[in-house]
Amino acid sequence: MSDTAVASSRSQKVFLTPRRKRQITSIILAGICAVWVYPLIWMIAASFKPNSELFSNQSMIPIDPTLENYIRAWTEANLQRYFFNTLFVTVGSVVITTLAAALAGYVLGRRAFPGKWVLMGLMVFTLFIPQGYTIIPIFQLLTNLGIGQSLWGLMLATCGHNIVIFMLLFAGYFTQIPKELEEASRMDGVGPVKTFWYVMLPLAKPIVVTVVVMQALMAWNDFLLPLVITLANPAMRTLSVGIYSFKGEHFVDWGGMTASSTIAIVPIVLLFLFLQRYFIDGLAGAVKG
Amino acid sequence: MAVNHEVAASVKLTRTDRLAARIWKSRLDYAFLIPGLLVFGAFIFWPMIASFYYSALNWTGFGENAEFVGLANYRELLQDEFFYAAFRRSFAFMLATVPLQMILGLILAIVLNNKLLRLSTLFRAMIFLPVVSPVAVIAIVMVLMLSPFNGPINGFLLDAHLVDRAVDFLGSPQIALWTLAGIFVWKWTGITLIYWLAALQTVPAELYEAAKLDDVKTRQVIWHIVLPMIAPFAVVIGLISAIAALNVFPLIQATTQGGPFFSTEVMEVYIFRTAFAPASGQFPRLGYASAAGVLFGLSIMVLTIFQAIAVRRTRRKEAEDV
Repeated sequence: MSDTAVASSRSQKVFLTPRRKRQITSIILAGICAVWVYPLIWMIAASFKPNSELFSNQSMIPIDPTLENYIRAWTEANLQRYFFNTLFVTVGSVVITTLAAALAGYVLGRRAFPGKWVLMGLMVFTLFIPQGYTIIPIFQLLTNLGIGQSLWGLMLATCGHNIVIFMLLFAGYFTQIPKELEEASRMDGVGPVKTFWYVMLPLAKPIVVTVVVMQALMAWNDFLLPLVITLANPAMRTLSVGIYSFKGEHFVDWGGMTASSTIAIVPIVLLFLFLQRYFIDGLAGAVKG
Repeated sequence: MAVNHEVAASVKLTRTDRLAARIWKSRLDYAFLIPGLLVFGAFIFWPMIASFYYSALNWTGFGENAEFVGLANYRELLQDEFFYAAFRRSFAFMLATVPLQMILGLILAIVLNNKLLRLSTLFRAMIFLPVVSPVAVIAIVMVLMLSPFNGPINGFLLDAHLVDRAVDFLGSPQIALWTLAGIFVWKWTGITLIYWLAALQTVPAELYEAAKLDDVKTRQVIWHIVLPMIAPFAVVIGLISAIAALNVFPLIQATTQGGPFFSTEVMEVYIFRTAFAPASGQFPRLGYASAAGVLFGLSIMVLTIFQAIAVRRTRRKEAEDV
């Protein structure tokens, strides 16, 4: 009784109650966030302006909204092709990377076999070497394998970017799962492959989601690898590289560029908004580990 | 003597036998490893080894014209002023972006960590949006936003009379690199924010409540309790951010391509130019570019090892304190 009286009299005296403070913080944050996403919103708005309006109309809202940028990009500029190239590379590399990393992580985390520690040591060692500088041998290897200018080559090479981290993530997770589970399924006469597929992999769902999200983000947004691989083969471009085809020697089609940029950004942003929790937990895992 | 030999031989034999047996027993484990190891071997391990070998070649990349030149590429690199300039720029870029990104991310994380703050998830998502956006798109947006010809940012600066004439943010050699640093910080602060939020989860909620009961100011709680508790994370977050800041190739290639007048040519752009996009009249030099990559990779490795030692130290100290 007296406590609440004291509290209420205090809050009457103090103008800045915790609640007010939070409201003010929210308003400031809203302002910061508005400025933060303004460039992206501006770009999406600009994609509906005709080229003639793009630099003359300072306002964000188009005077004469049109879809012609999208139509031009999708049909004339081969963006359709680039979109499906990107989708193929992303989906393919996500499937291969997740399966390969889960299989290897399972063995590394739970089994004892000759050569295990040599392998682990090698993998951890490569984590200390930046991968950005190995583009030349990767390009040569793909060329020697005969897939240097193909989507398959690009997709396979894309699997490599984070594979070590993914294998170690799986290994770390599988180590914690109790041994009894496998023994029980062996007693029931279930083979090791089935045990992995039906028992272990479903248990590792959080890591699967993390790996899928990180790999999808990386593959969709990758730039250096697709740029180098498609230097001589424009049909194989992904969206990230392909949107620059609107940049001519003397003329830049900014309308087409903003439209195709919007096409490139929307799928990955939607994926993020739907799987926000997984994105955030997955990426935060890098610090906790 | 002879008997001893025989015994030794038989022991050896059983050892190899046993190893062979163990390998045979683990055959299924190896089968499970194959896909992962193929990817690892082809795209991580082999390229690392090959980089060293290529760096000893004089090679244009066309056909079989490679010539072994030993350390000549390295000797030439150490005389190459473009190499040094690119090297310096890479580290200047890192030193400019990492602290800014970490402080900005930390402030936002402390504010957004307040459970009572409504919409904090929405704010976090908005700050995070540039992180998930393709760099290629970010580059186009920023070239447009920063354009000296009627770009919205120059429009705002002119209207507010902050500048007399439009600033060519990406076109003037004095400021282009710093403009790119700003874009980089904008794009990646979201991820630093997530790292700091993860670090803040380790601070028990009871601490805040206890401090509140004792009528301690929030600012003091943050300064004297929260910050010391999450300080060990700073080393890890700094390390991740530093390595990331050396990976600016896509942003720069998509905006300035190293120009104007090489003022934004960081290491990766230098390597790309030497290997894949030489100036007209020159041949691509894959061996030379590989040598540059190896030298720069080694210097990053040294940096990483130093920081890994620092992480160990702080962790150990923490353990002793507890």
